[in-house]
Amino acid sequence: MSIKFEINGRSVTLDVPEDTPLLWAVRDELNLKGTKFGCGIGLCGACTVHVDGVAQRSCITPLGNIAGSNITTIEGLSENGDHPLQQAWVAAQTPQCGYCQSGQIMQAASLLAYNADPSDAEIETAMNGNLCRCMAYVRIKKAIKLAASDVASQQEAQNA
Amino acid sequence: MHKSQALTTNITRRGFMIGATSVGVTLAFVPTALLAGNPAEILAANKFEPTIWYSIAPSGQITVNVTKAEMGQHIGTAFARIVAEELEANWDDVQVNHVDTEAKYGLYVTGGSWSVWQNFDLMSRAGAAGRTALIEAGAKLLGVAAADCSAANSQVTCRNKTISYGDIVSKGNLSRAYTDAQLANLPLKAAQDRKLIGSETQALDIPNKTDGAAVYGIDATYEGMVYAKPIIPPTRYGSSVKSVDDSQAKKVKGYQQTLVLDDPSNTVPGWALVIADSFHAAQRAERLIEVKWNAGPTAKVSEQDILARGAELIAGNEGSLVVEDGEVDATFASADSVLTQSYTTSTVLHFQLEPVNAIGLQKDGLWELHTGNQWQSLILPTLAQSLGVPVEKVVMRTYLLGGGFGRRLNGDYGVPALLAAKALGKPVKVVFSREDDSRFDSPRSASVQKVSMAFDNEEKVVGMQHHATAGWPTATMAAFFLGTGANGEKFDPFSINGANHWYDVGAHRVRAIKNDLANATFRPGWLRSVGPGWTNWALESFVDEVAHNKGVDPVALRKQLLTSRGKNAGHAPNSVGGASRLAKVLERAAEKAGWGKDLPEGVGMGIATTFGQERDMPTWSACVAQVAVDKNSGKVTLQKLTVVIDAGTIVHPDGALAQTEGAALWGASMALHEGTEFVNGQVKDVNLNSYRPMRMSDVPELDIEFVDSEMQAVGLGEPATTVVGPAIGNAIFAASGARVRHLPITAAAVKEALL
Repeated sequence: MSIKFEINGRSVTLDVPEDTPLLWAVRDELNLKGTKFGCGIGLCGACTVHVDGVAQRSCITPLGNIAGSNITTIEGLSENGDHPLQQAWVAAQTPQCGYCQSGQIMQAASLLAYNADPSDAEIETAMNGNLCRCMAYVRIKKAIKLAASDVASQQEAQNA
Repeated sequence: MHKSQALTTNITRRGFMIGATSVGVTLAFVPTALLAGNPAEILAANKFEPTIWYSIAPSGQITVNVTKAEMGQHIGTAFARIVAEELEANWDDVQVNHVDTEAKYGLYVTGGSWSVWQNFDLMSRAGAAGRTALIEAGAKLLGVAAADCSAANSQVTCRNKTISYGDIVSKGNLSRAYTDAQLANLPLKAAQDRKLIGSETQALDIPNKTDGAAVYGIDATYEGMVYAKPIIPPTRYGSSVKSVDDSQAKKVKGYQQTLVLDDPSNTVPGWALVIADSFHAAQRAERLIEVKWNAGPTAKVSEQDILARGAELIAGNEGSLVVEDGEVDATFASADSVLTQSYTTSTVLHFQLEPVNAIGLQKDGLWELHTGNQWQSLILPTLAQSLGVPVEKVVMRTYLLGGGFGRRLNGDYGVPALLAAKALGKPVKVVFSREDDSRFDSPRSASVQKVSMAFDNEEKVVGMQHHATAGWPTATMAAFFLGTGANGEKFDPFSINGANHWYDVGAHRVRAIKNDLANATFRPGWLRSVGPGWTNWALESFVDEVAHNKGVDPVALRKQLLTSRGKNAGHAPNSVGGASRLAKVLERAAEKAGWGKDLPEGVGMGIATTFGQERDMPTWSACVAQVAVDKNSGKVTLQKLTVVIDAGTIVHPDGALAQTEGAALWGASMALHEGTEFVNGQVKDVNLNSYRPMRMSDVPELDIEFVDSEMQAVGLGEPATTVVGPAIGNAIFAASGARVRHLPITAAAVKEALL
């Protein structure tokens, strides 16, 4: 059956079984390869995308569930790859192999969207479902804090 | 295959050539036999069999070609920094190209923490040769003597005139050849004059890894390809398909067929592939397909069987005497006292996050394999054998690796893609599910070890024995690389490295024994650091036990044993200073961590050292772990790791730090969180519901320091991995009195050891 939704600001309609995981629709039907396949059971976080602004594991999200939703993938997080988190990821030199990092960034973006100044414990709670096999955790946390302080200082500047 | 083909760069008989090509100017190592020819013709005809080459475009863009796999170590950045340093390039002009693989290009291997160590001098000389030629050509264009010119910042300056490298390439006639002797005589910079090596920079591969643009093997597509998902047989070897019933799968939209593979290379015996329009359709179909096998002989083997076989082998006399120094038997027979302990480790998965995958296809008479891989030179002959074609007919296309850690040194996962492409006559993309990847992993073998020390009547160490058995990756996959022991028996150096340590112990025996049941049951893998993952666990736990048994401080005992005398004095260029450098990092780590300070009840520090992977390339490393132990539950909380490393010259300091952070946490993860077991011939834990590597909330405080050194650059990808486990085990003892002798360390084991 055909399922209609928005992805990265454009409207798409896919004619695939409704139990198709969003991950494979994104990667193989829509050719957006930045979202990764890691475990297939929602426990590594490499496939994290935003569904209506909230981080979700696309590998266990059936397409039927997201009809009419607004999906954002790593490719759509910012216009020029310059979301504060993406800049912070470069500044902190966070990625090693990089395979999990789309998911890490999408998870972190969802965190910062509702908690602009997370504590270490809040970062750990939010990010614990995202495995980094290179174990770049120290820099993932550092980059999130860097982005949070950037966002905070930008907001201050705007308010001043 | 010969060792020289698969493992050595073999550039001793090589010169260097510079000549105009379509991209501008190409600068490359070439075989000596070609040196008499016209550089432009030879370089344009691509006959130069490059292992190291780079080009400068008329725009001034410098492209450094890299044969190493990029898997998170930012190796391209390190290589390009080395070339650019001597070339006097403006770093902003430099880019990296990870080249495709062709057999004629010789060695393709990324492992062993070898890359920088093996290539530092070559890349420096390649850069210096380019600089020299650019200065000469620039001087000519400016009409002055080369002696009056110097190079910096991608420009040649002659008194008050300058000309850019791009302009020299456009207007000049760069054509030169250097013999190996001339190359060897090129002046290289003194360490204090370096501008790029040792200074901070951002890794070139990182920006694409933050916006989804980076292309890994799993992201590759090819026109007309179909997808395939493995159906993995019950045993690694010896299974054959009896029947396939796919009648139920036919109702799955997109399902095409189930292909039973016939593999002349015997890499994937008993395999079937589900062929479908999409990977998801293949996954759905697989659940409805029933395959019956004649299972191979190891279908009932358990982890306990493998460990029991190990214990049996340790008790016997088989194996290879890797070290046999002095009168070992006589020393032990006449010793005043002897201490002996046994140590074991469980099977460990690589669990690199990108499941293995590959596209196989045939194009223009060549077979192509599109995949991320660490040791193309090793797998190419196997790929050719599986297809029944000469190796020259197979090429590998290069992609980023979503984690290597040694898994992709073994390219076995490429075979089914090519077999299917051949059978179906079209491109086939094989993608492993996570469960497939785990079951087909070449895991780190379980190990069994026995370590003994002999003491005289003054409690001085006079002898040591270390007996170790595990599955040997090199025996199955790269037998040309086996070493020969003092008794004439072969051994896998990667599986015993670490036991041939730098402590002065008098008479010394190291015996390595292949666990034949492990090798029959699975394909043992090279996993980050390989042997030291278990040998250093036994060695450094044992040294700690000896210290406590003799009432000596563990730091003090190690310092006593690190005499730097005799065979442990070290030699140029790799191990200058010998064991004294290990003693220095040991002291520094203890000092940084506050060794000996008062700690709360239930908290303790443990210390360990390692020299990395190989005596020939020692990375002097020490670690202090601080843990808290809950005596009621046995639960261990890792609070802090202090790591000090002397790796000689550090090319890319932040990259070195990142590697060491990751390696140290890998070590901690394997010590406290990972480990699986064989059940009925297969690994039990195949996904994250039961295999649980470290997560962010488990990360301890890290304090990492590198020794400021101008010595030979050595490896950094692995050493911290193997020093952490024993440091944690020793800290648990200090915190609680519980001595653990098995990896991974479980709360139950700690609790039991407390009783």
